[in-house]
Amino acid sequence: MSILVFAEHDNSTLKTETLKTVAAAQAIGGDITLLVAGFNCQSVIDAAVKINGIGKVLVADNPVYEHQLAENICLLVSELASDYEHIMATALSTGKNFMPRVAALLDVAQISDIIGVESSDTFIRPIYAGNAIATVQSLDSKKVITVRATGFDAVATDGNAEIVTLDFVTDAGISSHVSDQLTESERPDLGAASVIISGGRGMQNGDNFKLLEGIADKLGAAIGASRAAVDAGFVPNDMQVGQTGKIVAPDLYIAVGISGAIQHLAGMKDSKVIVAINKDEDAPIFQVADYGLVADLFDVLPEFEAALS
Amino acid sequence: MKILVTIKRVIDFNVKVRVKPDNSNVDLANVKMAINPFCEIAVEEAVRLKEKGIASEVVVVSIGDKACQEQLRTALALGADRAIQVDTEEVLEPLSIAKLLTKVIKEEQPSLILMGKQAIDEDNNQTGQMLAALNGFAQGTFASKLEIEDGNVNITREIDGGLQTLKLTLPAIITTDLRLNEPRYASLPNIMKAKRKPLAVQAAADLGVDLSARTKLLKVTAPAERQAGIVVETVDELVQKLRNEAKVIS
Amino acid sequence: MKKMLKWCLFQTYSYGGYKMEREFMEFDVVIVGAGPAGLSASIKLMQQAKANQQDLNVCVIDKGSEVGAHILSGAIIEPTALNELFPDWQERNAPLNTPVTEDEVYLFTSETRAIKMPNFVVPKTMHNQGNYIASLGNFCRWLAVQAEDMGVEIFPGFSASEIIYDADGCVKGVITGDMGVSETGEQKDSYMPGMELRAKYTLFAEGCRGSLGKELQQKFNLAKDTDAQHYGLGIKELWDVAPENHQEGLVVHGSGWPLVKGSSGGFFLYHTENNQVVVGLIVDLNYSNPYMSPFDEFQRLKHHPTIAKVLQGGKRVSYGARAITKGGLNALPKLTFAGGMIIGCNAGTLNFAKIKGSHTAMKSGMLAAESVFAALNDDSHVEGEELVDFDGRFKSSWLYDELYRSRSFGPALHKFGLMVGGAFNFIDQNIFSGKLPFTIRDNHADHEQLKLASDCQPISYPKPDGVLSFDKLSSVFISNTNHEEDQLCHLKLKDKSIPIDVNLAKFDEPAQRYCPAGVYEVVETDGQPQLQINGQNCLHCKTCDIKDPMQNITWVVPEGAGGPNYPNM
Repeated sequence: MSILVFAEHDNSTLKTETLKTVAAAQAIGGDITLLVAGFNCQSVIDAAVKINGIGKVLVADNPVYEHQLAENICLLVSELASDYEHIMATALSTGKNFMPRVAALLDVAQISDIIGVESSDTFIRPIYAGNAIATVQSLDSKKVITVRATGFDAVATDGNAEIVTLDFVTDAGISSHVSDQLTESERPDLGAASVIISGGRGMQNGDNFKLLEGIADKLGAAIGASRAAVDAGFVPNDMQVGQTGKIVAPDLYIAVGISGAIQHLAGMKDSKVIVAINKDEDAPIFQVADYGLVADLFDVLPEFEAALS
Repeated sequence: MKILVTIKRVIDFNVKVRVKPDNSNVDLANVKMAINPFCEIAVEEAVRLKEKGIASEVVVVSIGDKACQEQLRTALALGADRAIQVDTEEVLEPLSIAKLLTKVIKEEQPSLILMGKQAIDEDNNQTGQMLAALNGFAQGTFASKLEIEDGNVNITREIDGGLQTLKLTLPAIITTDLRLNEPRYASLPNIMKAKRKPLAVQAAADLGVDLSARTKLLKVTAPAERQAGIVVETVDELVQKLRNEAKVIS
Repeated sequence: MKKMLKWCLFQTYSYGGYKMEREFMEFDVVIVGAGPAGLSASIKLMQQAKANQQDLNVCVIDKGSEVGAHILSGAIIEPTALNELFPDWQERNAPLNTPVTEDEVYLFTSETRAIKMPNFVVPKTMHNQGNYIASLGNFCRWLAVQAEDMGVEIFPGFSASEIIYDADGCVKGVITGDMGVSETGEQKDSYMPGMELRAKYTLFAEGCRGSLGKELQQKFNLAKDTDAQHYGLGIKELWDVAPENHQEGLVVHGSGWPLVKGSSGGFFLYHTENNQVVVGLIVDLNYSNPYMSPFDEFQRLKHHPTIAKVLQGGKRVSYGARAITKGGLNALPKLTFAGGMIIGCNAGTLNFAKIKGSHTAMKSGMLAAESVFAALNDDSHVEGEELVDFDGRFKSSWLYDELYRSRSFGPALHKFGLMVGGAFNFIDQNIFSGKLPFTIRDNHADHEQLKLASDCQPISYPKPDGVLSFDKLSSVFISNTNHEEDQLCHLKLKDKSIPIDVNLAKFDEPAQRYCPAGVYEVVETDGQPQLQINGQNCLHCKTCDIKDPMQNITWVVPEGAGGPNYPNM
């Protein structure tokens, strides 16, 4: 079985989620080839060859791929597809954008956002915003798959793959890049952050949210809040995490002074790791927290900030 | 310029999903259905383009059984001009939907096709892109802003880490994201007018498309319930566990 | 069917000193509320119109996002009214799929003990042969389809927020709620002003303690000759249960524990189709202990072995709550006024002896439709003139007969308690068929019954176990309740100081406990207690409007389409 994995990157850094997609490929089993398509992306190629478990890195380094235009990338991938049974990409901006085009060009179905592999043709994926989990079998001979990175653990980076430079270029010529506006704030966007620290009613007032800032800085985290904190006027409602606020799934979610009502859980239950800090040991949040600390947050927060360096 | 908007009938976003006891699928019996929120945003955007004088006609299409006429009427009440229901009892995959829509596109010849980025039931996020590929069209997915200019469309889209603006030649397919617009409320007079706007029904079987399924749904389960983890005694213990055990901080 | 609808842009209309420019639409009849009363009225109107070969423009609006979204009832439906409305209801596939096969009545004597009452001591009115267990929500959805097929315009997602009166004080229709107004009262980008729905006659079928119904009763003094109205709070859950615990068609009723001393009510457990059961508790809102929490009483009720044995191994699917009008005939106000009527539970047509209100609501709607239709076709009748012939129709109907015979049932229980009141009811109903020559009355308003907190014992409710019993917020979660967040709070306090200065001081602010959705919380801000109103959780049950001891809370209709989205309830 041979598998082609598309590397997600921004021409300077290889996204670590790609390592998790390779893990998914390994779960399927077979020879894995990585594709790096971009422009002036040598640092990405250098990182790519180190990925454990891949045989080759195909490189398509050309201006037409600089901005990962879907119309161009999909032609490249579908051109290469004849050599592979599985074509996989990470379910991030680029992968989500172009992969269905590949599936359509190959006249096969796509299986989006898989979080588990049962066999080479059967996969597990979330539906209804993760409120149900579907087990789906592909009946096509070629499988086009996008991988939700949180479902897999990254492979190691101590490999040494061979580089193969591709000599053809695919330019659909129907789209062009105008500009990028990347967010430059110190804090990541709540919806996209991989670490979030949220305050609840236990924070007692809006000023006390400052206690979360030092920790957020050290962890590169976004700051969120429970609906109770928003309703009480502590913080504005664009910080609200929950059923009627933002739905988040970071690697780490730290809930400070939050009781854990189901409406809040609905917004963060898919976090990889949940930490709860609350002085009420009966607070429902402890039923879902991987690590719970029953203590007064006003004692804990300064200590926590100091311990992180 | 004619705009084609595709809409899907899905479970209302307020309804809590329940898996059937036999794990065959989600229980949709008597649950409230509605127009997919992203599709509704697409309808709103098309209507705004018409109000600006850029579009001359907004045609809305849905693929499904007779029940989806309710959502088509909602779209008409929001301002679409006419509706097409491609009638089928089967639940179709994105590839089949894209093939059927290709037939509709060949018939209607729209300059712009607006679609929701994904449906909140299957969460596939594929149909728009597939449709673009089958027709050789440019695509702008996850649009948060769009502007028509001299036969092209400039679209600003949401990507990891920020926004990206692309210029696409028409015809193009745009899939909408949440921040593109906030749909209007349908007013009572418009709801009543919508009942008299044209709604054509076409059988999917008559369109000459291979609709065979390429995937098989083996089972649907409720997500694993999170279990309580461990209680730590001190902050130091917490930090140590997060660093060495969970490996979520450095 | 050709519709002659007029609407006009920017018609200037004067109301209460404001000059509102609103679009309007005109109908023959506007009906507020797509429940059994409202829909039956609309259907009966169209049936008469068809028989008379005339067109009629009838419009039904409902504040729920779809018909049935806000409908909550046990329910056991007696098909009497349905048989009259649609003799062919079975061919039309009305969703009455579960005939009652067996009745059981229990008295719970303690947390673990129960006495099963032999059938012969149970009042006749509680025997359910010939009746059906059904979801009233699904039944209303079916009624709505029948109504629309007959040409009724049904508009879910639109609230009726104001009544239109002409210069003589005659009701001329309603104004739908403005949409897209922010929580500070400003017009958002999405602002859409409400419309006038003008009608020759307007029927108000909002259910128990309808907000406009309350206004009408006050304005027209409709309740001046009647006893105080009485209410119960019904809290209900729908459960999937294990097949071995399921007996389709079984109806179980009971009372006793946990409602003892100073509170009354009863529970129900019906085995419906698809291996599901509905279970609920009705707590009379004339209870006296301010520490009582109907929600928690219901949650602990489910742990009683008689109920737990059915729910064990099952899964809770849905939750909801709604107040019930149970004062019966003694508390029934005058239903007619210039320009319209109140019908159904909005007036109080529920037959408490049968604990059923669906068939009586339907019949009240049908009778109202007869009066309205006759008036519309009577040339000597001035448009909007009060439908005085309704009284005659009502008094000669089986609806009146039922309400008359059951008039003492509720008051007897209130006055004499469960045992003696129950015995009285047995004699009254089974031996005298409700025709005893005297009437037991209860003229004490429910909200006046609370004793001071200092004179009462707090009740220590067990914590929910997450298997049979649950907390409020996770219950509200599965009612699929949602309100547009950025809107004015729809729970209005006449006097902002009363919750803390009076209610908290005297009654420990019982709103924290009687609300089954956790809307009201007393929180401490900078050391001072404050009432926090979480309007978004509101289930539209109306209990706060009923039970606030100072009658300080006015439930006002929120933006249309908000509130619960009950499935199969």
